Amino acid sequence: MPEQFLFAMEVILNGLMAGVLYALVALGFVLIFKASGIFNYAQGVMALFAALTLVGIMDGQIPFSHIINAIFGTELHHFGWHVPALLAIILTAGVMVVFAWLVQRYIFRHLVNQEPIILFMATIGLAYFLEGVGDLMWGSDIKKLDVGLPQGINDWIDVTTFEAFGYGFFIDNLDISATIVAVFLVAALIMFSQYTKQGRALRAVADDHQAALSVGISLNFIWVLVWSIAGFVALVAGIMWGAKSGVQFSLSLIALKALPVLMLGGFTSIPGAIVGGLIIGVGEKLFEFLIGPMVGGATENWFAYVLALLFLVFRPQGLFGEKIIERV
Amino acid sequence: MNALTGGNYTTADGRKIGNTMMEMKNITLRFGGVVAIKDISFDINEGEIRAIIGPNGAGKSSMLNVISGFYNPQEGEVWFHGKKRPQMRPYQVARQGIARTFQNIALFEGMSVLDNVMTGRLTHMKSGMLSQMIWKGKAEKEETENREVVEKVIDFLEIQAIRKTPVGRLPYGLKKRVELARALAAEPKLLLLDEPMAGMNVEEKEDMSRFILDVNDEFGTTIALIEHDMGVVMDLSDRVVVMDYGKKIGDGTPDEVRNNQEVIDAYLGVAHD
Repeated sequence: MPEQFLFAMEVILNGLMAGVLYALVALGFVLIFKASGIFNYAQGVMALFAALTLVGIMDGQIPFSHIINAIFGTELHHFGWHVPALLAIILTAGVMVVFAWLVQRYIFRHLVNQEPIILFMATIGLAYFLEGVGDLMWGSDIKKLDVGLPQGINDWIDVTTFEAFGYGFFIDNLDISATIVAVFLVAALIMFSQYTKQGRALRAVADDHQAALSVGISLNFIWVLVWSIAGFVALVAGIMWGAKSGVQFSLSLIALKALPVLMLGGFTSIPGAIVGGLIIGVGEKLFEFLIGPMVGGATENWFAYVLALLFLVFRPQGLFGEKIIERV
Repeated sequence: MNALTGGNYTTADGRKIGNTMMEMKNITLRFGGVVAIKDISFDINEGEIRAIIGPNGAGKSSMLNVISGFYNPQEGEVWFHGKKRPQMRPYQVARQGIARTFQNIALFEGMSVLDNVMTGRLTHMKSGMLSQMIWKGKAEKEETENREVVEKVIDFLEIQAIRKTPVGRLPYGLKKRVELARALAAEPKLLLLDEPMAGMNVEEKEDMSRFILDVNDEFGTTIALIEHDMGVVMDLSDRVVVMDYGKKIGDGTPDEVRNNQEVIDAYLGVAHD
């Protein structure tokens, strides 16, 4: 087989894996948008905050140590213990649930029946607030996150493909585990939303608040639940991105990449977020590989947005979004 | 008060009416300076079809919203099954077995008819989240039971043909019927219908009237309904409350109400001199 073709294959595979990570972030957006019509600008920051908290708990960091030290003149930094990854993940998930409850209780409960744009503005505020809190709690230095996921080149794939095609594929183990985790997460989310009482209630709330109330659904409970799930998805995304490129504040910017993903997949579709993420992932890698050299490279920065723009023009509801039906 | 207050009577067509199920005592509801309901009391007996009628703006819908917990009155008490009801949110009222429909139809437009009716069963689902996800154990049994109830309701209201259709695509009359189906699926003790016949043609009105009578007859469901079309209400209901400008001006059997001078004045207008 020609070298060029094999190389393209490898690019596509890597693109798929990068796409999985985009999809993970996009999923969080879709969940909240579906259930409450809120476009949650803070989703990326939530992923960052979750990752920061996870690292903090694992390393036994003392939260707010900078402020404590500044006020009391102490030199506290660490509790001096290390928490195992699994326990730390559970604790962080707990923190995200508390966060969800606080957000619902102190922000969105007061904004019921407001215009979507006002809710959106609230999430922008929330994003900056949360970024600040994350900084204050855990410090702003780049942290290494290692929850015990396998890292580095997968030797087996490298060797097998080399023997088969005379060309070894370079696939990162971390990307493979991210894919597996994402598959399980999505399967669980779909089962949850299709088959459970809470999932049905969630879809009902997304559709019509009054009607949902009349069949005995508590809106507050559903919203806290949704924000908790979005927090959990943010945690998973945070772990994957954090393990890949370190926990740093630029992590919140990856959330922006979720926007074109959502425009492709549709804001209300879970499968849409996945497929959208994969298309963007493969698309930008392949475009960079094929067209990039002709235009001087760095196409990954804009490819996704141009693709999203085209979609907005020709298919505004996205690939899987609900078609807008208007009865006259 | 009238002769039938307190319940325990048999109707002309031989249905047994039980004890008082719900009692509204001196309800007053204000929106700022506007008094929507002024010191109204009435009761609903078990097994009864109770109508609330009155001209536009009389406060009928507000009264229904008080019963279903969407509004909380400033004064007065709501008694349900012999107990005073504390202030409740609408979803808590729904869980007590009070289902309702809306004047301007509130359905889940994006879902199919079947899914819509299925949401009516939410209050009856008790199994754990995990067992529901893997569809095993208690959840499986529960789902089957819920399906049976839903299918029965769908058959009953003759909407089998559209069970897979997204509700957003249905015409108005059918939407009204789907909304009734969802309320019925909850197997409510008390069913509240807010203008079930509004905007319908004669044929659809006849269908809806038949369904309401059948629901009451076959399931023994107590029904409280609002209408401003006098004719329909008089044929359907056992007892009628008449409201005008937030006040109760009549209460009794359709015949009593029809001959009440105040009611006639409210509907036909009266010369002021």
